[in-house]
Amino acid sequence: MVPELGHLALLLALVLSAALFVLPLLGAWRGNLPLMLAGRSLASGVFLLVLLAFACLWWAFVKDDFTVAYVANHSNSLMPVYYKISAIWGGHEGSLLLWILMLSGWTFAVVLFSRSLPVDMQARVLSVLGFVAVGFLSFILFTSNPFDRILPIAPQDGADLNPLLQDIGLILHPPVLYMGYVGFSVVFAFAIAALLTGRLDAAWSRWSRPWAIMAWAFLTVGIAIGSWWAYYELGWGGWWFWDPVENASFLPWLVGTALIHSLAVTEKRGLFKSWTILLAIFTFSLSLLGTFLVRSGVLTSVHAFANDPARGLFILLFLAVVVGLSLTLYAFRAPVVNHAQRFNLSSREALLLSNNILLVIIMVTVLLGTLFPLIADALKLGKYSVGPPFFNIVFIPFMALICLLVALAPTSRWKQTQGKIYRRALSLPFVASVLAAAIVPYLAGGYSWQIVVATFIAGWVAFATLGDCLGKMRHRDGWRRGLRQLSLSYYGMIIAHVGIAVMVIGVCYSSHYSDERMLRMNVGQTVEVAGLDFTLQELREVEGSNYRGDEAVILMHRGERELRTLLPQKRQYFASGQIMTEVAISPGLTRDIYIAMGEEIAADSWSMRIHYNAFVRWIWLGALMMAGGGVLAVIDKRYRKRRKQPTEVADVKA
Amino acid sequence: MSRLKLFLPLGILGLLLALFYVGLKLDPSAMPSVLVGKPVPDFRLSLVRDEQAYVNQDYFKDKVSLLNIWATWCYACRIEHPYFNKLADEGIHIVGVNYKDEREAAQKWLRDLHDPYVFSLYDQSGRLGLDLGVTGAPETYLVDKQGIIRYRHIGVVDTNVWESTLGPQYQALLTE
Amino acid sequence: MHPVRKQRLIVVLFIVILSSVAIGLLLYAIRDNINLFYPPAAFTSGEVPYDVRLRGGGCVEPGSVVRNPDSLEVRFVLVDKLGSLKVQYEGILPDLFAEGEAAVVNGIWKEDQVFYADQVLAKHDENYMPPEVAEAMSESGEEHEATCQGGNYGS
Repeated sequence: MVPELGHLALLLALVLSAALFVLPLLGAWRGNLPLMLAGRSLASGVFLLVLLAFACLWWAFVKDDFTVAYVANHSNSLMPVYYKISAIWGGHEGSLLLWILMLSGWTFAVVLFSRSLPVDMQARVLSVLGFVAVGFLSFILFTSNPFDRILPIAPQDGADLNPLLQDIGLILHPPVLYMGYVGFSVVFAFAIAALLTGRLDAAWSRWSRPWAIMAWAFLTVGIAIGSWWAYYELGWGGWWFWDPVENASFLPWLVGTALIHSLAVTEKRGLFKSWTILLAIFTFSLSLLGTFLVRSGVLTSVHAFANDPARGLFILLFLAVVVGLSLTLYAFRAPVVNHAQRFNLSSREALLLSNNILLVIIMVTVLLGTLFPLIADALKLGKYSVGPPFFNIVFIPFMALICLLVALAPTSRWKQTQGKIYRRALSLPFVASVLAAAIVPYLAGGYSWQIVVATFIAGWVAFATLGDCLGKMRHRDGWRRGLRQLSLSYYGMIIAHVGIAVMVIGVCYSSHYSDERMLRMNVGQTVEVAGLDFTLQELREVEGSNYRGDEAVILMHRGERELRTLLPQKRQYFASGQIMTEVAISPGLTRDIYIAMGEEIAADSWSMRIHYNAFVRWIWLGALMMAGGGVLAVIDKRYRKRRKQPTEVADVKA
Repeated sequence: MSRLKLFLPLGILGLLLALFYVGLKLDPSAMPSVLVGKPVPDFRLSLVRDEQAYVNQDYFKDKVSLLNIWATWCYACRIEHPYFNKLADEGIHIVGVNYKDEREAAQKWLRDLHDPYVFSLYDQSGRLGLDLGVTGAPETYLVDKQGIIRYRHIGVVDTNVWESTLGPQYQALLTE
Repeated sequence: MHPVRKQRLIVVLFIVILSSVAIGLLLYAIRDNINLFYPPAAFTSGEVPYDVRLRGGGCVEPGSVVRNPDSLEVRFVLVDKLGSLKVQYEGILPDLFAEGEAAVVNGIWKEDQVFYADQVLAKHDENYMPPEVAEAMSESGEEHEATCQGGNYGS
């Protein structure tokens, strides 16, 4: 009964979404107020119905209703309840339902937070979101219904969730990631609405900006969680593989970063308008592309989906319609008139423009690398795969360039920044960075040109950014007053930019100072890795509620001084027979000790992976800082005030 | 001229879409299709117990059968074997396919562990297995009265499997 | 020159220069970092070049996995319907690596007719497993000894 209710709810949601698409748009076109306002209640209705459908699927999982095919394929009565819940999005149909839940959620948020928006603008924005919802709901209902029943015979128990997914990573990663992906639909809708009305002013960018930043923050955290999850779950010690699936989430992030910066220029100076609109369209298109590419089988990755050609075609059609229509609208309606607003090469506008150009170039490179196997296959050139070095060769230098410019950001002024202002603000940070580059590598364990450059860059970004902050705080009576005078969005920028520096350290230091070893260990044997001793004390059998495994008791010590005991495991899950590695990690701010069992070579002998991963946590810490900075910027007062605000320049003039 | 360059993104989209469409058609890693819904492929094989006796696919008409892929090299088949003995005692109609094996060894196996099969086909070359889409042993197929394959189970058949999926479907097919 | 034109020229120049740098780097990267895939049949028929980094893949022939008792070295054979490929690898094999299942190897094919792999990926790669991929994992029965018959081992 309940699954049928869920199915019905989805059908009704589709009907309401269609109405949401048509009616407010009609109302805006005709100037009909009731129709325009109808958008608000329709959007709320769609959200409630999708929420109901989601709740029905939730119920089916929690109650072990194995007559529902999706539940039978992804759950098992022995699983802890929190995994049963996360199993909802453990497969294709359910994760699509999560997607549409997020979409209707964001749409509902637009209803809640846009009272100050002109009614016709609101109507158009909601209408676009309704259109996207129609597409997704149709996709779910016609090709990927999570509520299909297995009849007449239901299995006694489910096939179990893949053990790799029975983990907190699955609980966190997809929802957060989707909040990011889907969140960009809002700024996309704003962009389309602007094209439709032809009204592209600073007010428009002020409305869209917080939505873009919020979605970007979610996406940042979502990707970071995915990286962290892969790190500790897969037993290989890596955190990024330039894999097509990872790239699929990274592409919208790159363009999204360009977008939030471009919006700053459009808001403050009224420039780059049609470019910003284009970026908004690109970001969401890449979101759509990413979410779907991994399901259609078009990206030939070793882990391509068991794909259904009908689904792939549907996705492609939807993509063609949404992106095609948007770009057509753009081509016809984007402003062509270029105001004669000039800005100097030294200005903030120029910096932001360079940021955008560099990010887009990186995005194109990653896109090309990701699509290259497909292109080669289509042109019958052979089955190629693209390795990580390909991506790194372009990514690293261009990212370094971006970082060099980031340091100038807080100091820069609109229109023009005099050389002496830069010199005054950046001389000290420059010296500090050079010093850091000379000294820190020595402390960390050794020199190499990459480390010296990386330290310099990270120091350059951090010192310049923090230096600007300190400078601005000092201009009041007492630094506490100074602290309060600065806006949240300023602090957001500071934290986010420093986060970049933290991440640079994490990435470069972990690749250079880490020591990864694969070796055999016999019981009683001690090996030395990175100055630490590891003794395999014992091998024993363990059993869990749904698995059986072998555990290694490894003592980590330095000579006689005992530090910690680590317990990696190799498990075999009953239901699926699948083998899984349970990594043992001793986390730390400056290093992770990472141990994974390999294979049993003989009775008391196993192959093991022992890694010393230097500074690897800084990577995710940096990402969290970036996202945190974004959130701070969004909750800044200027977005919360209901009345219209005169546009002000954010930085405090000396 | 300026308006024209705004059409550039649309053009690039067109190229990408064409690429993806071709990519969809290429689809090199598609899973092999299971023969569910299709008739048992044509074959003419001798029996394990009698190399002079031959059977072909017409045998499966007018009766419901379990088609069990087994071999002496398959350890799991040994595990599932007693259960098939039990099913045979209950009157379930089971046909065996001795897959890529040696006739002598197979005959000995059936002598030692008892023979639950109406007969076992001797598929030494694995040709029938290939046509069926067999990926290993043991596997059990359910064939209906028209000789159409209705279900495939990969892995050991035990009480759980029989009572939850195979058994009920077998009974349902009997009444069709 | 009109100031606005001058500014636009600078921007365009900037874009062109950076793009050229990017393209240059890409072309440099392309030589060694795109790896062509060959099935075992290609190795047997001799069309695979020696001493070039490439990928091979096929089904791990049951009974062919031999581990060196003293080191982490392991040898196995990858097969498909028309050929076979001897592989040598030093390291820890992924969890999903099993006889009768598909594997992909990345490395160098040498004249001694052995493929020296520095990376082995099992059929459903554990390098990265997004939740969506869970669906692609086939749930085989409790015990199932795979042969190398079924399946398609493309790329």
